[in-house]
Amino acid sequence: MKPEPWSSSLLDELQKRFPGAISEAVTFRHLSSLTVAKEYLVPMCQFLKNEEGGAYTLLTDETAVDYPKREKRFEIIYHLYSFKQNNRLRLKVIAGEGERVPSVTSVWPTANWLEREVFDMFGVVYEGHPDLKRILLPDGWVGHPLRKDYDILRQDDAWVQANLGIKSAQ
Amino acid sequence: MPETTYLDASELVINMGPQHPATHGVLRVKLKLDGERVLGSECVIGYLHRGVEKIAENRTYAQFAPYVDRMDYVAAVTNGIGYVEAVEKLLGVEIPPRAQHTRMILAELQRIASHLIWLGTHALDLGAMTPVFYTFREREEVLKIFEKYCGARLTTHAFRIGGLQYDLYDGFEKECLQFCDYFTPKIDEYERLLTTNRIWLNRTKGVGVLSAQDAIALGVTGPVLRGSNVRWDIRKVQPYEAYDKVEFEVPVGQHGDTYDRYLVRVQEMRQSVRIIRQCVERLAPGPIFGKVGKVIKPPVGEVYHSIEAPKGELGYFVVSDGTTNPYRVRVRPPSFVNLQALDLMIRGHLVADVVAVIGTLDIVLGEVDR
Repeated sequence: MKPEPWSSSLLDELQKRFPGAISEAVTFRHLSSLTVAKEYLVPMCQFLKNEEGGAYTLLTDETAVDYPKREKRFEIIYHLYSFKQNNRLRLKVIAGEGERVPSVTSVWPTANWLEREVFDMFGVVYEGHPDLKRILLPDGWVGHPLRKDYDILRQDDAWVQANLGIKSAQ
Repeated sequence: MPETTYLDASELVINMGPQHPATHGVLRVKLKLDGERVLGSECVIGYLHRGVEKIAENRTYAQFAPYVDRMDYVAAVTNGIGYVEAVEKLLGVEIPPRAQHTRMILAELQRIASHLIWLGTHALDLGAMTPVFYTFREREEVLKIFEKYCGARLTTHAFRIGGLQYDLYDGFEKECLQFCDYFTPKIDEYERLLTTNRIWLNRTKGVGVLSAQDAIALGVTGPVLRGSNVRWDIRKVQPYEAYDKVEFEVPVGQHGDTYDRYLVRVQEMRQSVRIIRQCVERLAPGPIFGKVGKVIKPPVGEVYHSIEAPKGELGYFVVSDGTTNPYRVRVRPPSFVNLQALDLMIRGHLVADVVAVIGTLDIVLGEVDR
């Protein structure tokens, strides 16, 4: 089974309102996903949250995947849920290293900590986030662990030596 | 003229440190106080971060399954169900009905065990020392069943990708029904101790109110959302396993305060007993493993699957690149997202209410930090 192209009335409506925003629409194992250009992200999310866009009022999850071999390495994934329609939708935004992605905290306040975690683990900087700082790792940590070029045995030795008083945590 | 001291300051920032008997783990909350009233707060987490998502990229799908139990260590069986079902969805494999019903029985037993820990520790935080002994006594019976089934009490690794490893032992059905009969009067006992208790009502009514709109905006799920009058349970709206074939109710609260969330969880325990009885009746002999090869190599693609864990919506986003190791496993932790609501819920309350609200959110730091 491979991802199949997806077509629906919602997709037509979105393409009408935001021409050129959606570059890919596939469905796989009953979940449809749209790839959105980052300039259109916040207005499209606002539209999806309203009644006419499908009432996707719950942002279930926001995360990222690192594909270092691609030209733009990060894929930011949003999972939305609509109580009214009882279905899920996935949005994807492709961002390169060093690119700033607009924050959706103005649409769904859930995204506050979720985006902080993506920033912590991947180094993706969000524009418009009220309080972007590390959440799971200590504040002075250097490096973003979930990137593919961060080895699993590596730790920030400088931080460990300064704060724990030992040579290395390995 | 004496110098001004700290006692003259009107705002204090006080640390409710990572080491605290009532924060249910290593959670640090910075409280901004005006006397005893909370003006604002900030949570600092990450003390228990173990890099589970990074580890997943270096293990095979089957090798990663035991790591999943260690996140929400209080409810390991439901963590296992979520992961195993996500990979089964990716593979597109069907589970035979006997395996489905066994998974449901163990998941509901685990829900009861998780809610028992919540009840005992929540009551203990608010000063009621008796319920914790009773709830842990009942939890022993559940853990005995788990130990007889899969050998472990806490971090069970009960299921495999494709079905079950172990078939039910002789007497499993009888013991489950015996537990249901033994447990139902105990829930009445807990309610007699707390539900109409004057001190309990004073400490929980009106504390930590979360409106339905705020709850949905903050992404809160599980009993916290149901306490705010939103009847939403993944077992009903997007059923997995065989939950669409059993009958049970979804309790909701009216006001969204701590007392309503307490009632919701106690009712959920009763509904779990109902589900267990129905599943035991529906158990029939048959195979316990679906068609999965020895080596698990799912097709290229990504899948998001979520279940109703005792704490909320537990989701797994698994990305596969066609090899034996997953490319990315993202765990959507219910406690992490629910903990965001803490700041909103404790504004204007006293410091003692902070303890009540942390307890009612039912967080487990292993899941918050992963």
